[in-house]
Amino acid sequence: MDLLPLFKWFEATTIGTVVRESLWLFPVIQCVHLLALSMLGGSVLLMDLRLMGFGLLTQPIAELASKVHPWLKGSLVAIIATGVPMFLSEAIKCYYSPPFWYKMGLLVLATSFAFTIRKKVLASECQSLWRWLTALISLALWTGVAFSGRWIAFY
Amino acid sequence: MDLQPFVQWLEGTAGSTAIRESTLLYPIIETTHVLMLCLFLGMIAMLDLRLAGLGLRGVPVSEVAGRLLPWALTGFAFMAISGMLLFYSGPVRAASNIFFRIKMILIVLTGINAVLFHFTIYKRVADWDCDPTPPTRARLAGWFSLLLWCAVVICGRMQAYNWFDKGTR
Repeated sequence: MDLLPLFKWFEATTIGTVVRESLWLFPVIQCVHLLALSMLGGSVLLMDLRLMGFGLLTQPIAELASKVHPWLKGSLVAIIATGVPMFLSEAIKCYYSPPFWYKMGLLVLATSFAFTIRKKVLASECQSLWRWLTALISLALWTGVAFSGRWIAFY
Repeated sequence: MDLQPFVQWLEGTAGSTAIRESTLLYPIIETTHVLMLCLFLGMIAMLDLRLAGLGLRGVPVSEVAGRLLPWALTGFAFMAISGMLLFYSGPVRAASNIFFRIKMILIVLTGINAVLFHFTIYKRVADWDCDPTPPTRARLAGWFSLLLWCAVVICGRMQAYNWFDKGTR
């Protein structure tokens, strides 16, 4: 299936055109994207560290998770809401960029993992081996998302 | 004090040229800088939100500070090293960049804010450790830190654009 026509259509959308033709819009959106990234990174790290036996150890995992979860969801919404207009403004470039496709694949994996297996592990009293493994997979996936995201600019 | 001769000398050194001309080195350093932002600012933001009374309410402030600051400082070390390497790769342009200058001043201000916090209201943390909403002085420190670091990130990102560079537009 050839997705290029779809990506050409993305690039021609009103939002894509407005962002592309503005001098300031793309950098400003990028800043919000970066700030949301820090918050998302913080929320993910705090719980993954806790699962691995670091950080806020006196706090019960499930309780801490419920306190951190709104920040995780909020920053995820912000990061996607800023990512979409940036993508629309250069959809054709993204189509030809390998890091973009890695990022999208990893993003799907990381979010589905966060809201299924990891969520269950955070709410349950499972063995520390499984906690370790969950945290490790989560960290690896999100690092991959951020890493490949940064490389869209280079390739 | 004129820094121009120094940055020009710095830009002429072999290491600076090597990073600038390498296809892999520069992206790797920059990616490290961005990834470490999650560790550093992510942890700092959690503490700041707790101080501002917005997040992790009910978790003792001394535990948040004591347990998360070592991670944040580790992240800061990586950010400082990768940041200096980025500066080293193009010091002439960076030194004359308005966003870079503002960023450096803002980082000093975050340091002053942190030191003031630690040596004043944090000395009496035992009195308000478990308060969901900390006293005004602590809330202010949290808010200042959040806003200053946001501004640092914004300046850092804007530094890459050449709107105000001399002779490029």
